[in-house]
Amino acid sequence: MARTKLKMDQATVAPATLLTPAAPRGTTAKAEVIALQPAGDSMAIKNARRFGNWMLVSALPPLITTALLLLIWQIAFSGPGATLPPPTKVWAEANDLILQPFYWAGSQDIGLGWRVLTSLQRVAIGFGLAAIVGIAVGSLIGQSVWAMRGLDPVFQVLRTVPPLAWLPISLAAFRDANPSAIFVIFITAIWPIVINTAVGIRNIPMDYRNVAAVLRLNSIEFFFKVMLPSAAPYIFTGLRIGIGLSWLAIVAAEMLTGGVGIGFFIWDAWNSSRLPDIVVALLYIGLVGFVLDKLVGALGNIVTRGTAAS
Amino acid sequence: MSTTTKAPYLKLDHIHKSFVRGNSSTEVLSDINLSIADGEYVAIIGHSGCGKSTLLNIISGLTPVSKGAVLLENQEVNSPGPDRAVVFQNHSLLPWLTVYENVALAVNKVFGSRKSKAERDEWIRHNLALVHMTHALDKRPSEISGGMKQRVGIARALSMEPKILLLDEPFGALDALTRAHLQDSVMDIHSRLKNTMIMITHDVDEAVLLSDRIVMMTNGPAATIGEVLTVPLERPRRRLDLVEDGTYVHSRAAVIEFLYARHKAPSIAA
Repeated sequence: MARTKLKMDQATVAPATLLTPAAPRGTTAKAEVIALQPAGDSMAIKNARRFGNWMLVSALPPLITTALLLLIWQIAFSGPGATLPPPTKVWAEANDLILQPFYWAGSQDIGLGWRVLTSLQRVAIGFGLAAIVGIAVGSLIGQSVWAMRGLDPVFQVLRTVPPLAWLPISLAAFRDANPSAIFVIFITAIWPIVINTAVGIRNIPMDYRNVAAVLRLNSIEFFFKVMLPSAAPYIFTGLRIGIGLSWLAIVAAEMLTGGVGIGFFIWDAWNSSRLPDIVVALLYIGLVGFVLDKLVGALGNIVTRGTAAS
Repeated sequence: MSTTTKAPYLKLDHIHKSFVRGNSSTEVLSDINLSIADGEYVAIIGHSGCGKSTLLNIISGLTPVSKGAVLLENQEVNSPGPDRAVVFQNHSLLPWLTVYENVALAVNKVFGSRKSKAERDEWIRHNLALVHMTHALDKRPSEISGGMKQRVGIARALSMEPKILLLDEPFGALDALTRAHLQDSVMDIHSRLKNTMIMITHDVDEAVLLSDRIVMMTNGPAATIGEVLTVPLERPRRRLDLVEDGTYVHSRAAVIEFLYARHKAPSIAA
């Protein structure tokens, strides 16, 4: 029993290593700076070289693979019996969605940018609540053996419930689509935050606790001055997994709850057989999800810059 | 010597410590009695696993006693506090705070209500100057060497104005040259501030060089004080002068004789 629990914790924490590509990339960046530059070059030339180097190392490979994928897609779906639109058809029929993300022509005829923003607003509320409650509950579980014994098994069961399974129950409870969608985000994002925070708190070195004890820090001082900074790397791993799950859940939730939002747009486009629109919407979702992940990651890197290396 | 006339500053009174795990209990320390005078420098020496760190943790209050009591100025102390500041073996600086902020954390907590902001700032800088660390105020622990970290740890402990400074193998993790340098610093601080210091060590030379008295512990389990050696060397002591000093050599021999002839390390101990 205890062993499986530990395994689960590890499974949830494990992405920490997967999710920190910043380190290796940092090293390549360093390598670029060292790259041979004859002394006496002007700043402009240096910057141009640096930019050229960056293009070669970081920008070119993904551009090539994207072009290849588009080509394969084009060839595969160009035949007369193709079920999906090829890239050229997507561009021809849906380029307005790409070129004008923020147009506004009536309550349901709006740019994808607005829809994404509506979805992001829901994610912000749901994820924000999940972060606050998750860190608080995680701290409690990490600090108190009895809270862990009581709550951990419950959480281990609840966290395996798929996001959408919560939707009917939250619709019944809130009797409104918007709070229900927010609740689904909340309940999806909270588990990795709780579990990672708890692991982070449990891993606070005894030395820090001893320092706090000698100084007689009270529990509030201990929470803000020792616990949070010490557990920050773990907490940010949880937040990063949480924001990813939120973005996964919001699209699915919006498909069912309707209204404005990128998820409902896809559902609507499917019902009116506008396949090119769906393809563009997927692109938006992917890019926004990518940016969200990077944002939380970057925030984590800033906040934990001192903690990682001791 | 003169300690017999007045009440001791710190008194360890019949201290026992057992660790209970499940149904089995191991007695680590047995009947420790020791009186320490104000301003005295006492080293506690013994083999690994003899419970000397446990004893220091008991004095600091981080570990509760099983029986007996720690009396500081005739008051029982049984929880940790800044009056018994600890210099931890592995410095225990908070890695997300700078050198200045690490000391500030202690100063603001201990003197937050008694000193003004400017006075506290001055006090932080004063203590860091005492250990010669003013050049690295804004560095983080990861950016300074092991010896410097230990200096900051000492400054943090001193900044609490403790009644007793407890040093838990403070130089154990340092190379020999850095260690000698820091030992000199500690001697200098001790002569200037006249604080009471208790140091755990397993380095015989360090114990003889720094201490007024050396408390030698027997091997565990149920370790106790085997012998207390007074080191009658004049202060200030200088490393170079002592190498061939008769008293120094004699004291050193006495400790070595205790540790390696009469109380050999148990074969299991690493």
